[in-house]
Amino acid sequence: MPVWGARMSEPVRFLWQVDGDDFSSAGEASVLAKRSLRELGFDAELIRRVAVAMYEGEINMVIHAHGGEAEMLVDEDAVRVILRDVGPGIPDVELAMQAGYSTATDSVRALGFGAGMGLPNMKRFADELVVDSRVGEGTTIEMTFR
Amino acid sequence: MTVSEFAEKLSLHPFCLPVPGINVSGGYAGDLLSWVMGKAQWGDAWVTIMSNRNVAAVAQLTEVACVVLAENVRPDADLLALAQEHGVNLLGSGLSAFALCGVIAEFLRG
Repeated sequence: MPVWGARMSEPVRFLWQVDGDDFSSAGEASVLAKRSLRELGFDAELIRRVAVAMYEGEINMVIHAHGGEAEMLVDEDAVRVILRDVGPGIPDVELAMQAGYSTATDSVRALGFGAGMGLPNMKRFADELVVDSRVGEGTTIEMTFR
Repeated sequence: MTVSEFAEKLSLHPFCLPVPGINVSGGYAGDLLSWVMGKAQWGDAWVTIMSNRNVAAVAQLTEVACVVLAENVRPDADLLALAQEHGVNLLGSGLSAFALCGVIAEFLRG
């Protein structure tokens, strides 16, 4: 954890837009998040966990939800990442959490994605993961890293 | 051992070597990017046949020492430009992924 000069009254907030249907920009938010956390002096392993989990979320938003937004809230105790989209939602979250389960198309798989490891990796790398998904409305994923 | 020495000793083709001084300490092989993100470690030489621009993002996030494209695969123009821009070492080999992993494993053990 970084050494803060003074106790912050509120978290530092970052917000990035994730373009939909465009793999070329997927990962930009994760790379910027990584850079910001490094500048704030966070531990390298924590930064790696945040960046990888966030990238999985970005990819999911591109594959399934035509994009969305990625927010990162940073304070002394934790890094919180909130991913919001207004995509189709996840009909069965429990099933989607199973490693290897995927609804990605062949064209997505040809790019190296769609292994069914997105949500499982997010769960693995975050200390807490909350998935709030409504079919036809969208999905919000909140991850906390300490 | 630095990536630069690693490339030279294993006769790997350097598509781009923006940070040649990083140490190679291990290896990982895989083409499914989420799998690689979950498993690859700092300092690994990542062997893959994926050659699109997402490889650069995964290499940056996992902080592998280098990407080694097996089977004479060449990087897409996008990947090459991104690797150069973001400091991702990109090497290539004519060996099959299987053979290349064998060579790298033996070399790193030795």
